[in-house]
Amino acid sequence: MKPARERVAGSVANFVDERVGAAKFLKKNLNKVFPDHWSFMLGEIALYSFIILLLSGTFLTFWFVPSQEELIYNGSYVPLKGIQMSAAYASTLDISFDIRGGMLMRQVHHWAALLFLAAMVAHLMRVFFTGAFRKPRELNWILGVGLLTLGIVEGFLGYSLPDDLLSGTGIRIAEAILQAIPVVGTYAAFFAFGGAFPGLVFIPRIYTVHVLLIPGIILGLITVHLMLVWYQKHTQYPGPGRTEKNVVGYPLMPVYMAKAGGFFFIVFGVTAFLGAVASINPIWVFGPYTPTQISAGSQPDWYMGWLDGLVRMSPPLESYIFNHTISWNILIPGLIVPGIMFTGMALWPFIEAWATGDKREHNLLDRPRNAPTRTAVGVMSLTFTVVALINGGNDIIATHFSFTINQIMWATRISIFVLPPLSYVITKRICLALQRADRDLVLHGRETGRLVMLPHGEFVEIHEELSPEEAWTRTSHEQLAPIPAAGIDANGVRANGVLKDRIRARISKGILQEQIAKPTAKEKLELGDGHH
Amino acid sequence: MRKLSRLRRRKITAPALLLLALVIVGNAYAFIGATVTTPGATASNARSTMVTEGREIFLRGCSSCHGLNAEGGGVAPSLVGVGAASVDFQVGTGRMPMADMSVQAIRKPSRYTAAETAALAEYVASLAPGPAIPGAAQLTFERDGNTAEGGELFRTNCAMCHNAAGQGGALTQGKQAPSLMGVEPRHIYEAMITGPQSMPVFGDKAITPQEKLSIIKWIKSVENEKGLGGASLGKVGPVTEGLMGWVGGIGLLIAISVWLATKSR
Repeated sequence: MKPARERVAGSVANFVDERVGAAKFLKKNLNKVFPDHWSFMLGEIALYSFIILLLSGTFLTFWFVPSQEELIYNGSYVPLKGIQMSAAYASTLDISFDIRGGMLMRQVHHWAALLFLAAMVAHLMRVFFTGAFRKPRELNWILGVGLLTLGIVEGFLGYSLPDDLLSGTGIRIAEAILQAIPVVGTYAAFFAFGGAFPGLVFIPRIYTVHVLLIPGIILGLITVHLMLVWYQKHTQYPGPGRTEKNVVGYPLMPVYMAKAGGFFFIVFGVTAFLGAVASINPIWVFGPYTPTQISAGSQPDWYMGWLDGLVRMSPPLESYIFNHTISWNILIPGLIVPGIMFTGMALWPFIEAWATGDKREHNLLDRPRNAPTRTAVGVMSLTFTVVALINGGNDIIATHFSFTINQIMWATRISIFVLPPLSYVITKRICLALQRADRDLVLHGRETGRLVMLPHGEFVEIHEELSPEEAWTRTSHEQLAPIPAAGIDANGVRANGVLKDRIRARISKGILQEQIAKPTAKEKLELGDGHH
Repeated sequence: MRKLSRLRRRKITAPALLLLALVIVGNAYAFIGATVTTPGATASNARSTMVTEGREIFLRGCSSCHGLNAEGGGVAPSLVGVGAASVDFQVGTGRMPMADMSVQAIRKPSRYTAAETAALAEYVASLAPGPAIPGAAQLTFERDGNTAEGGELFRTNCAMCHNAAGQGGALTQGKQAPSLMGVEPRHIYEAMITGPQSMPVFGDKAITPQEKLSIIKWIKSVENEKGLGGASLGKVGPVTEGLMGWVGGIGLLIAISVWLATKSR
């Protein structure tokens, strides 16, 4: 007799087969096994919040008017009655105050957007720190980086649509970044805005991009992303019985169908709860956009905040070359730095494979401590981004924590260079210390705190041996040796002209030389019965 | 007539006429002045008492920085000509006397009673003319203000420092535009006509008295606005929203994920 949960998949397959004849396909796929771990649900949160975005966004399109035509507001929000504003802003006010359920839907949509981006970033961190991007999953990693980039752009366009004072300010900065592209920038800005800022065409244009083009691409990429997960199978954490060639977990039908279905409603519930109790993007507070107005404490949403922070901390550098102004102060923080970061991120799987020489397939995940250099690089990048993000909110932090804006700017200007390398070193040391702790634990067992006096008067503390499962989890990883410098023959004579190999050997040494040797069975035997 | 014309040519005539004119004008001036002040003699006396009282308070509490005659000094500006409105704002909101010599005087409970503040204001006003304290008859913002117009004026003139919702904002070197929530209408009006600290003066030609009332009415409407759309998260924009998204959103969902993936023991 098969277990009940396997019979469920069988009977569902049978039901469909009797009607459309797809039993073999369905049975195979419904019985597909997924490993179970909380960190594998981060991507799910992103997927579900995207679904919520599609649903709530569709609702909003029923009433939103993507037009910059000016009109006089005559809705029910009294403090703006009689004010001239664009149809886009007026219709967003109507959605907020005059359409039943509109306010809730707007807020659900915006909270879901923040969650979508946050879940993607959390998912990305999980994939990065566990090495899930390694062969054969490099392409899926690149798709993920693409999805994150598109998500950021989509979010920015979304909060730009209502044409309120805050979003207009954001569009103005986007225009400045566009203009900072050398030579073509001015023309690109004229093209995007159909003339001078703000013009009358930008909102209708980004509306099409926001509701049609980017969601379509995101949907397509998510489909491919999930198909690749399906085809390549999910990675799993190391543990007893788990190998590179199997997947230990539960079948899709019914366990994951139920779990994932339930989790969707939990994500929906949390988003709806936030939308119901916490105000987000209160556009009526900001007022309609007019290029002559600006509010103190104007901020972008958090996923753009780090970029804004970089721009805010940039010193006023400008060159005037061949009748062209090059605004380094916008170009570097607004385009070059994020360009390097996202390109580096997309290429990371290949960089790592090249540097370590490890080009094999990996289906078992790394524990972050066992890849100290990768973990340190990840923490370094996060530190960089967080320092920039803090400066993005410098005016709010200044007023609420009694700093001066100049102190925060200088602190982040210095920190952005000092803290990332420092966090790299500290993280690497912590990883190595954890490796050492694992080694001690496996060799000597767990300290129990029980002291025993031996017959001859000596006191010893009882160490409790790890279970074989725990010891396996701590020792099953492999430790690569650095790539030897190529071109050195048996006699130690170096061949000429293999600079690339020498650089690689050097980097590989930096990554792999320093690691705590995991305990061997021999060492364990020599130590005897644990306590000493 | 002949006699008179002969008199006209005497040497003494011109100085004598001048003297006579001076005597007449002087007497007339004294007489008119006396007739004006006579009906309000008690008010005048009360005012001069207040000036004396104000001067005493000033000498005790303010003169160490502002000088014995309010002429100013190395650390504090002259108060000659700042007007009663300025004193009422600075002392009435507790900004003066300053707690310390930091970049900006901050709002705190006032050190002086309303009567003492009024006396101080009267004393400073007696030094030279300046903006007067707006009376209740001037602060009819409920009746004469227009909320929407006030909002438009606020966003054009005030929001770049005080934030679009009047929540305050950071300026350079630790200075800040304070939050306008809970500020007395009189003090808002006085701030506009006197331009305290980093704030510019918004004279009656830049923003008319009626427009000032509109601004006050709009600020009060923001202050009294109920939490539209739920908890306002401080009305400071995306910073707190992002924090909420990470802590109350993804943070909560991660906690739920951990719970869901925990095996029952």
